[in-house]
Amino acid sequence: MIIRSRNGNDIRPSEITPKQVHMNRRELMGKAAGLGAGALAGGVSLPLASLSSSPAQAAALSFEKGKFSTSEPVTAREYVTTYNNYYEFGVDKGDPGQNAHTLTTKPWTVKVEGLVAKPADYALEDFVKPFTLEQRIYRHRCVEGWSMVIPWVGFPLAKVLERAEPLGSAKFVAFETLMRPAEMPGQRGLFQPLEWPYVEGLRIDEAMHPLTLLATGIFDETLPNQNGAPLRLVVPWKYGFKGIKSIVRIKLVDNVPPTTWNIQNSNEYGFYSNVNPEVDHPRWSQKTERRIGEGGLLVKRRETLPFNGYADEVASLYSGMDLRKFF
Amino acid sequence: MTVEAPSLPRARAVPRGGKGLVANWQVPKLLVYALGFIPALWWFELGLTDQLGADPMKALEHALGLWALRFLIASLTITPLRQLTGINLVRYRRVLGLLCFYYVVMHLLTYLVLDQGLDLSAIVADVLKRLYITIGMAAFIILVPLAITSNNFAIRRLGAQAWNRIHRWVYLVAILAVLHFLLSVKVPIEPLFYAALVAILLGYRLVRSALRERGGRGSARGVG
Repeated sequence: MIIRSRNGNDIRPSEITPKQVHMNRRELMGKAAGLGAGALAGGVSLPLASLSSSPAQAAALSFEKGKFSTSEPVTAREYVTTYNNYYEFGVDKGDPGQNAHTLTTKPWTVKVEGLVAKPADYALEDFVKPFTLEQRIYRHRCVEGWSMVIPWVGFPLAKVLERAEPLGSAKFVAFETLMRPAEMPGQRGLFQPLEWPYVEGLRIDEAMHPLTLLATGIFDETLPNQNGAPLRLVVPWKYGFKGIKSIVRIKLVDNVPPTTWNIQNSNEYGFYSNVNPEVDHPRWSQKTERRIGEGGLLVKRRETLPFNGYADEVASLYSGMDLRKFF
Repeated sequence: MTVEAPSLPRARAVPRGGKGLVANWQVPKLLVYALGFIPALWWFELGLTDQLGADPMKALEHALGLWALRFLIASLTITPLRQLTGINLVRYRRVLGLLCFYYVVMHLLTYLVLDQGLDLSAIVADVLKRLYITIGMAAFIILVPLAITSNNFAIRRLGAQAWNRIHRWVYLVAILAVLHFLLSVKVPIEPLFYAALVAILLGYRLVRSALRERGGRGSARGVG
């Protein structure tokens, strides 16, 4: 298991999804689309959604290869886009892939506000425009005990914060997901598993860390809705639920902001939620994880690494802290 | 709490045949068994052909556990169904109970072999430290003697009264099974549905038993 980070090193060819995989997929999707169109012309309707897990509006992105990428094999796109925790679209892992197509992501406004010199409401296009997109292949560890390797496309959150010019009093960053019950079936109905809107937060030094990413894409295309389109947070050394999806608000504040899973159960989900094999979830172990797509039914558990393998980069952020207390 | 008599004495008491085709027609128990194993075959087939999605082991483990709970609930439905509607499916209760047990065994084997890779230290740590696994294991252990005594020989050997006393433990198993499910997930929407079913089925028995006690017919009903 090679999970050493190579801060600053060049990317090896093996670190990128084999090109033919993408090409084959595109070809297949093209064929599927053609088939669908033909069938429609013939008066037969096909469930197009089942042919492709990516929404019709997915667009190719151009990006640079960023540092910090892992060389581990990337998880199949099929799994990354069909196995999601995004409770706004249902609590089953398959629900977001089935339901998230109802979300309209255009137009999209992102508010940057709070303790900043330059608060602003941005149209998504303007929000993203100044930044160079880069690819980051990160390990993704879910608090439930499974993991993936995902090729994100995005830019460091730090750039957004720098643009807004945080005041000296800004100590934390609060994030908020869209609240739109009409398009998010999980936000309506009798059983609401969480309080909406979904909120998350980081300490400002965590937010400024170069590993912390705002993603607009996965693989080499814009984010599918079920993965948090059009803009989501990626903090690879924390459990996946810290990676808030479909962000509409970024607010700099002077105190620890509320976070959704902590509100739901503060004994089980802390503000920090750093990946830590030594601190178990109260109800299950965090020592090992199942890498999705690895081994099928005979999946082998692998050891979970401190800070999800990013300890070299981020452990210093927490020096002197009792990580059992601040879990 | 009222417990149904084992089916054996009743089966003897009620003569078969002579009441017309409809009354006589019964689904063979073997067919219920065969149908009962279809979900397991279906899920194994999906697993072997890589159709269980991103986390196939988890999907299989969950499905087998869920079907165990469903068969358990089905077996607990037989008595209220007969008492409330007169539909008597008591001859299938044992089959349903045993199907529950077989699914529990498959669920447990999936956990031991596929999930934990027979890593004994991890399994022991889980059973000791993880409440939902402790509870699941306890439910399994209680089920073993119930499964072993689910045959006519055991009823004859133990006597109906003792047999009934032993098989009342299934109520505890139902409660433990639901707790096991509730504690194993992040958000218990699906488990709460099954918890509600179990609560209704056990609550029904409690209420009925209390009403009968009050009606002063406690002695008339017998243990059976």
